[in-house]
Amino acid sequence: MDWWKDIYSAMKEADVKQVAYVPDAGHAKLINACIADNDMRAVPLTTEEEGIAMMAGAWLGGQRGVLLMQSSGVGNCINMVGLMKTCRFPLATFITMRGQWHEFNPWQMPMGNGTQPALEAMDVNVRTVDDPADVAAQSAALLHRAFVGMQAGALLLHQRLMPIKTFKGSED
Amino acid sequence: MSDLSRADAFPLRRREVAQQILDSGGDDLLMITGLGSTNWDFTAAGDSPSIFPLWGAMGGALPMALGLALAQPDKRILVATGDAEILMALGSFATVAVQAPTNLSIAVFDNERYGETGMQATATAHTADLAAIAAASGIMITNTIRDQVELDAAVPLIIEEKGPSVHVIKVRAEPLPFVLPPKDGAYLKDRFRAALLGDEGIV
Ligand SMILES: Cc1ncc(C[n+]2csc(CCOP(=O)(O)OP(=O)(O)O)c2C)c(N)n1
Repeated sequence: MDWWKDIYSAMKEADVKQVAYVPDAGHAKLINACIADNDMRAVPLTTEEEGIAMMAGAWLGGQRGVLLMQSSGVGNCINMVGLMKTCRFPLATFITMRGQWHEFNPWQMPMGNGTQPALEAMDVNVRTVDDPADVAAQSAALLHRAFVGMQAGALLLHQRLMPIKTFKGSED
Repeated sequence: MSDLSRADAFPLRRREVAQQILDSGGDDLLMITGLGSTNWDFTAAGDSPSIFPLWGAMGGALPMALGLALAQPDKRILVATGDAEILMALGSFATVAVQAPTNLSIAVFDNERYGETGMQATATAHTADLAAIAAASGIMITNTIRDQVELDAAVPLIIEEKGPSVHVIKVRAEPLPFVLPPKDGAYLKDRFRAALLGDEGIV
């Protein structure tokens, strides 16, 4: 379960300076690595929507940023994505999926099903990765699409990549 | 009961407030203005590449200013926005307080109305106190400005004081003529980056 390190390496390679997040268990190790990194500013948000606008501000100021969230957070962002599209701000977001694969919690299902269509309705390019061996290449491609291609993109991290959550024992 | 029309008689006039703030700002001042009236106010005061005027993205002005403030610690960042716009982003007071960027000032032009959409009363006309919400969120410097004397005292702080700070400026609820900046977002972004970053700002 070390694929998160490939995301972190890709972010370092792309010179990402701001990392905004609403935590998800699937992002926990990556978030901790960003917090520990003195060359990155890790910013906890109150809602994912803030992160979209913050990424626009970072780019205005000449820095690259990344937004980390879980699939339910996509629903909190949609109108703000319009800012990125209208102004052609780059957007790179890594989204841990819920409601997709051996999901224990039915409350995660609606937004899990809606994540990709909602993003695509806002003209965000969506890719999914479900093979740990592919995370490095897909992460680099997402960051390139954003910061070189000047596009909005999301990489969905398939629930297969996460430990199965049961609420029976401690979560990894 | 709240007096829902008290803002009709507030002494401070928003266009004059915007002009005074902009005239006091130095070359290092970078601004984000919120959708609606504050956008038009600062365009009337003097549209420039260093002002990024929002035409939408309601609730986005403050978090956008945060990203900019963290990216440009040597510049003074001022976000000027409306009470309804900030009411949509109250969590951002907490987010900003945690990051505590010393170069960020927040001016809320509080006319106690959704001005842009027909002057309906907002929560500040009733019960909400934005400076108190900001203070309770952990913003160390907050105030409410109600007249010219208080504004004269606050403007140097807005421009220079170690932030983050929130200045709630009670302005008269008044319909004013539109003064519109360019509306093409990609152009607004590129002109801002070109002014700030030079040729490297244009990708
Ligand atoms: C998400 C969203 N909801 C509603 C609107 C409609 N709208 C445009 S401006 C505005 C109110 C602005 O009021 P305020 O921020 O207080 O500024 P004022 O014009 O009063 O200075 C609203 C509700 C919108 N643009 N976006």
